[in-house]
Amino acid sequence: MHTIAVVDYSMGNLRSVSKAIAHVADDVRVLVTDDAEAIANAERVVFPGQGAARDCMAAIERHGLRGVILAAAREKPFLGICMGLQVLLSHSQENRGTELLGLFPGEVRRFASGMTDHGQRLKIPHMGWSQVNQTRPHPLWKDIDDGARFYFVHSYHVDPDDASLTAATTDYGIRYASAIARDNLFAVQFHPEKSAAAGLTLLRNFVQWKP
Amino acid sequence: MGLAKRIIPCLDVDAGRVVKGVKFIDIRDAGDPVEVARRYDREGADEITFLDITASSDQRDTIVHVVEDVAGEVFIPLTVGGGIRNTDDILRMLNAGADKVAINTAAVFNPAFVRKATDSFGSQCIVVAIDAKQVSAEGEPKRWEIFTHGGRKPTGVDAIAWAKRMADHGAGEILLTSMDRDGTKIGFDLELTRAISRAIEIPVIASGGVGNLQHLVDGVRQGEADAVLAASIFHFAEYSIGEAKSYMREQGVEVRQ
Repeated sequence: MHTIAVVDYSMGNLRSVSKAIAHVADDVRVLVTDDAEAIANAERVVFPGQGAARDCMAAIERHGLRGVILAAAREKPFLGICMGLQVLLSHSQENRGTELLGLFPGEVRRFASGMTDHGQRLKIPHMGWSQVNQTRPHPLWKDIDDGARFYFVHSYHVDPDDASLTAATTDYGIRYASAIARDNLFAVQFHPEKSAAAGLTLLRNFVQWKP
Repeated sequence: MGLAKRIIPCLDVDAGRVVKGVKFIDIRDAGDPVEVARRYDREGADEITFLDITASSDQRDTIVHVVEDVAGEVFIPLTVGGGIRNTDDILRMLNAGADKVAINTAAVFNPAFVRKATDSFGSQCIVVAIDAKQVSAEGEPKRWEIFTHGGRKPTGVDAIAWAKRMADHGAGEILLTSMDRDGTKIGFDLELTRAISRAIEIPVIASGGVGNLQHLVDGVRQGEADAVLAASIFHFAEYSIGEAKSYMREQGVEVRQ
């Protein structure tokens, strides 16, 4: 049986992620784990995360998962969610500057205070349902409308140096990359596990993805 | 197109059943929470909030099972409030499948608890619920204070100052209920909502007083709320979430389809 490892490094509530994947995948074992060997042996890896950048990095090191996460991100179907996207870059402005995993050169930036949209003040965190505009075709977008809304909650966004990584953009005061993709890796700022039908479709696409 | 205004149905849960008090007194049974949550999800609710009003301590665990059951089938954000007193309570709710918890009375008694909660679990899952009541007399500049214990106990704390303080403590959003309006069906306290929304950078959910769909529009337009919460108009099928969204869209409010 196919195993999907949901990386558990004590950063946030992984129950929704594992329940949502189990909901869309029939003959798949969903394993919520911090065990490096189990992650290395899984066919697919989901890398979620919530909270502050420095705490996330410290937790990855504490659980001894840096190597196995980077290996999975290079080798097998890999889905990063929220902080699981951000820590793939090299550096974050959060916590007065935090070094990240550095798989992709680029900066994680805070939304500027006082942004407006059509005269309306934009709150921080960016919380709620925004449109995800697909910038190129990808198997994970199958059956998802371009511009479909997904659920977001974040105060920082990624700005990868290599613009060709971007798979979708979202507008919130500025236009930023809300999904990136390369080879076997897909990572999103929004929460597919909390995004109703569109989110479940994306998770189903991930489970069936053969990169 | 920008951020959609959220419509959040609220389920008041007592010993595992959905109820809704009118001014916290008159209680009518409105059904099985899992059934109701499923229906709201189908109709396009953007989030669901559970408010646990169970009084007897031996039935306090029923809300955990409700959240577990709902989280297994409804994949939108779930918030649980009522009786969240310490980090163990928060952990229990998050482990049951809640995405956010709403803290009210415990924040008033111990504001540092909010800081501790946001440090431990992240701002994204900590909502501070504020029950506010107008205390200024007719003709005076408007002033509101916060109340605890379901609106029964005054605290003497100014509502706007309190909202700012909670935002400084790391709260991810504010759930603002007007005690003057709750259960009245005459609409949100728009002045209160606007005053709080303008005072802080985090999102504000307006609550208390919704009796028709125009009230929802007024809440985001005049109240400048980021989300609107309502209970009774949805429970008793006076309106569906879908009707609420169609109406808001017709009035030019951006909502999720």
